[in-house]
Amino acid sequence: MARVLVGVKRVIDYAVKIRVKPDKKGVVTDGVKHSMNPFDEIAVEEAVRMKEKKLVSEIIAVSCGPVQSQEVIRTALAMGVDKGIHVEVSGPEYETLQPIHVSKILAKIAQNEKVDLVIVGKQAIDDDSNQTAQMTAAVLDWPQATFASKIEKGDKELTVTREVDGGLETIKCKIPAVISADLRLNEPRYATLPNIMKAKKKPITKVTPKDLGVDISPRIEILSVEDPPVRQAGVILPDVDALVTKLKEGGHVP
Amino acid sequence: MFKIARFVGKSNQLQNVLLSRCLATAAAQTKPASTAEKTTPATSEELSFTMNLFRGQIESSQVFPYPEALTADQEDTVKMLVDPVQKFFEEVNDPAKNDTLETVEEKSLAALWELGAFGLQVPTDLGGLGLTNTQYARLVEIVGKHDLGVGITLGAHQSIGFKGILLYGTPEQKAKYLPKVTTDGKFAAFCLTEPSSGSDAGSIRSRAVLSPDGKHYILNGSKIWISNGGLAEIMTVFAQTSVPDPKTGGTRDKVTAFIVERSFGGVTNGPPEKKMGIKASNTAEVFYEDVKIPIENVLGGVGNGFKVAMNILNNGRFGMAACLAGTMRACTQKAVEFATTRVQFGKRIDSFEGIKEKLARMAMLQYVTESMAYMISANMDNGSKHYHLEAAISKCFASEAAWFVCDEAIQIMGGMGFMKETGLERVLRDLRIFRIFEGTNDILRLFVALTGIQYAGGHLKELQKAFQNPTANLGLIFEEASKRVVRSVGLSSPPSMDHLVHKDLVEHSRLLAKNIDAFGQAVEMALIKYGKNIVNEQFILNRLANATFDMYSSAVVLSRASRALNENLPSAAHEKLMAETWVFEASNRVKSNLKSVSKGNYLDSFTKMNSIGKNVCEAGGIVQNNPLNF
Repeated sequence: MARVLVGVKRVIDYAVKIRVKPDKKGVVTDGVKHSMNPFDEIAVEEAVRMKEKKLVSEIIAVSCGPVQSQEVIRTALAMGVDKGIHVEVSGPEYETLQPIHVSKILAKIAQNEKVDLVIVGKQAIDDDSNQTAQMTAAVLDWPQATFASKIEKGDKELTVTREVDGGLETIKCKIPAVISADLRLNEPRYATLPNIMKAKKKPITKVTPKDLGVDISPRIEILSVEDPPVRQAGVILPDVDALVTKLKEGGHVP
Repeated sequence: MFKIARFVGKSNQLQNVLLSRCLATAAAQTKPASTAEKTTPATSEELSFTMNLFRGQIESSQVFPYPEALTADQEDTVKMLVDPVQKFFEEVNDPAKNDTLETVEEKSLAALWELGAFGLQVPTDLGGLGLTNTQYARLVEIVGKHDLGVGITLGAHQSIGFKGILLYGTPEQKAKYLPKVTTDGKFAAFCLTEPSSGSDAGSIRSRAVLSPDGKHYILNGSKIWISNGGLAEIMTVFAQTSVPDPKTGGTRDKVTAFIVERSFGGVTNGPPEKKMGIKASNTAEVFYEDVKIPIENVLGGVGNGFKVAMNILNNGRFGMAACLAGTMRACTQKAVEFATTRVQFGKRIDSFEGIKEKLARMAMLQYVTESMAYMISANMDNGSKHYHLEAAISKCFASEAAWFVCDEAIQIMGGMGFMKETGLERVLRDLRIFRIFEGTNDILRLFVALTGIQYAGGHLKELQKAFQNPTANLGLIFEEASKRVVRSVGLSSPPSMDHLVHKDLVEHSRLLAKNIDAFGQAVEMALIKYGKNIVNEQFILNRLANATFDMYSSAVVLSRASRALNENLPSAAHEKLMAETWVFEASNRVKSNLKSVSKGNYLDSFTKMNSIGKNVCEAGGIVQNNPLNF
């Protein structure tokens, strides 16, 4: 039976209003609610369902980040993942950690743990990179099945339905493979309270990128982080004629 | 000296009257209060802050510094549990729909069982989460924020329904029943109240008779207004049993608690009651007809039922305060959202002082309630046995504060607050029961006052003993004597709290210290004046109780705000503002209450109110005609 690696990223909770730091080098994260990247939750759920269908023997969750990243690993463990690996990256290194680094880390762990499938969310809701799955597949030189909305696992191959512009695409690929989960793949379960308690007993191993032989020196420098532009106030026009004139002036209608 | 001697002569009688009275008024925990039985002086044993107020003493150990009970691991755990519970209420449960359907939706109940929410404090080896009281408080706060109907369904189940098994169950009883009510989907209920027995819980008529073979009790009777009464499979039922009376050699009736399974047969229930609020919670009459209860289902020993019942209730009261602290958070948030967007007279209404005062009072009441809830839960977790008066205060305080806060939230929102869609009218209806059930606030006030007075009386009895052998007890005698001398020459220096609070709060702590000193004197004067008859002076007792509410709440917020200042929390300055304002106003209320129990014209108005009440009853309603006289 297959072994699955899932990537789980700790991100600012989707319901939080994001504030830019005064120095414009990033966003405020201190004292802000964080949770598991929603697409990663979908990835975890899919892996757990595969395990429940006895298609998978073991699920490993990996998170790269500061010590708090263990929180999302715990959540994954409570959802049904078997063990966690925390790749500790903190401080300035974490601020410049990019998909290229993460994909090398995931690839290395995938090899070390001899997994057959890597499932990650299609993108993280903080930096919206949408690159990790693709790069991981490249580093491993495995097939990739991105934006999956349905996964059927055979013995040696996968049938994956992908959401593409204007419809669905169904592809087959060999195992081992890298999959990225799209929104409609499944609806993730809640971690129940007893499972959260049980998850406390499941193992989390801590490693560093150095242990894995991955160089995470920054490839980029953050110049500036800006708030989205504030919406300009509208004007109320007295009648349709005035509106038409305005629209013409603005070049919105011929 | 003369004063003391005169009083202690009466204290023997007082002791007895108070003891029986406390039992009759469902006011529990007479044990710690009956200090006369103890061999060591009461002063060294009693750690309750409130209890010691009645002697004019500051017992700070459970209040200062603000207690903490969570280990790092426990804190970590409860942090993880918060999210799923919150998600359940935000995404699955629909409080308005539950209210309309007058039942908790099936899918919500199923999700709650799956979530593990029905066995929060059951030990993990029996399928529960094994939460401490503080962890429980944190989760219940979320429940209170969202749906009090669900809150009662959960609370009736675990806060009282099977709490007796947790507290008093034998290992066999625990192993047999706790998994059922935790993971097997079996609801539990607490069955005490009867048609003729409400606040006076000792007067229940349900009766359990030992079968001739001695293997069963046969239970007959009926219970009313039982939360989860229509759902429960496992019930904690209280009934009279006849026990040997060593004094007479015959037998007498004493209450015994039983674990009753619906499957024993003979258990039926009425239809769900139609209620003002908490409609989603099932409330029903339960009937017992020749129910055969195996003798191993006696809970906490034959004849100990009253103690079992009262300790279950005492043990669960902090949970109500925690729950309602959450409710107040939600109400305040709604009011603030409205006030900070609504424009009238060209200004946002939160810029008006009238609105600001309302919001300030709401915030302070929430702060006091929340601080009490977590202080009591921490004390309980730290093994305190001296929390009963504080728990009673927290229940009364929280239920009244939440009513005020929700009402003011509605008032701030005006017509919008009155609309069903806003959701506050449901909360107001749901809240009303909290002042009534699990010991009405009126009974709990008497409980606080009487238990405290009994304790003060007990102390005076110690003094009486000391006088019988003055040479051996000089220390005690001199301590009391000097206290009185200082008072009599007007040099009273109240007990100091300066060392207990943050330096910025010292000034306000002195207001409280003065209150405590004055309160101790007022209690003593009342005891001397009324003797054993104090138990009937409810005008006085209620005011003494109210004074303790104000003093305990002041101590609690001084403690919490001191912690905030010491730890330099982001909210420290705000907490200081609330604490100072609360203590200042509370201290004035204490002064006014103490004046009213001693000054002639106040007492005169009590006599008059006594007559007015009597007249109204005699007339069968309002006595006078209207001004038109027809």
